[in-house]
Amino acid sequence: MYRRPMPWGWWWQNGAYFRFIVRELTSVFVGFFAVLSILQVRALGQGAEGYERFVERLGTPVFIVLNSVALVAVLYHAITWFNLTPTVTVVRLRDKRVPDWVVAGAHYVGCAVLSGVVVWILLSH
Amino acid sequence: MAESTITLDVARYRPEDETEPTFQSYEVPYREDWVVLDALNHVKDQLDGSLTFRWSCRMGVCGSCGMMVNGTPTLTCAVPLSDYMPGPIRIEPLQFFPVVRDLVVDISDFIQKLQKVQPWIVRDEEKPIADGEYIQTPAELEAYKQFSMCINCMLCYSACPVVGLEPEFTGPAAIALAQRYNLDSRDQGAAGRMEALDEHEGMWGCTFVGECTTVCPKNVDPAGAIQLYKVASATNWFKSMLLPWGSK
Repeated sequence: MYRRPMPWGWWWQNGAYFRFIVRELTSVFVGFFAVLSILQVRALGQGAEGYERFVERLGTPVFIVLNSVALVAVLYHAITWFNLTPTVTVVRLRDKRVPDWVVAGAHYVGCAVLSGVVVWILLSH
Repeated sequence: MAESTITLDVARYRPEDETEPTFQSYEVPYREDWVVLDALNHVKDQLDGSLTFRWSCRMGVCGSCGMMVNGTPTLTCAVPLSDYMPGPIRIEPLQFFPVVRDLVVDISDFIQKLQKVQPWIVRDEEKPIADGEYIQTPAELEAYKQFSMCINCMLCYSACPVVGLEPEFTGPAAIALAQRYNLDSRDQGAAGRMEALDEHEGMWGCTFVGECTTVCPKNVDPAGAIQLYKVASATNWFKSMLLPWGSK
């Protein structure tokens, strides 16, 4: 019998594999944001001066570019994940499956509400 | 008017002559009412009797004629030639399976994986035949019907890169079939199936590429079945952590 070896670049084979690999890779940026948030809390613990130094560093071109790339990657990750949620979350109401767009839509609405709260907190201080 | 034709580039593998597959081109008549399988049968009947492939019902029920058509796992009896005009059409055996000859793959590994999930109704205790059948309401039927539509065509295995990377992975159809029986009101075997699948080679090997669901000709949604299994396993784990005194 002939066993075909798995090609090294299998994710180039079709668009779906490629989009999947990109989604997996964008997890790195999700992790990056998480680490950045932890460092921010640590800077807060170092008092006003320490926090200012942290904010200053975030304003350097390197961090602006890095954060912009990370934002795009995390948005891609979030959107593709929200679109997959109906497959994971099967909700039944009165013996009928809640339509996919309602499940995915609820995630978008939840995200928008939470983002709104964050923006409100930032603007009101 | 000259009869229009279409070219099939078909993968050939003759283990007695070749160490790896090669391609052979066949020019077949283009007919609007033909599916890809009809074109292959034309080759077999009129051009080259040595071409080997599986088929049976030619109506999308038996699940025998799955092949890679232009790189996509496809039931060749279910796709019209017109979808691929003007051609050529590249036809290969289902990927991630060992090739026996030409377009025929070895499915014994898949059959073993199927058996692992006990795809039948498991009862703690069978009731006597005299007591009659197990009654089921339309709603109870609806709960598992989608997953019961699987015809074991293995297109989902051929679409799943995890199957290619980790041959031990139980795979989409077998896990979907496990769900089919778990969700059946007559079945009591869910715990045994969970034990067989709650491991890396089982449900946790799945990275949710989702292509199994895309290629499924019967809309079974194996990707959905696997994710539901993961949710159930995680829920069990949390329950056992929070309520260690509760029953398993």
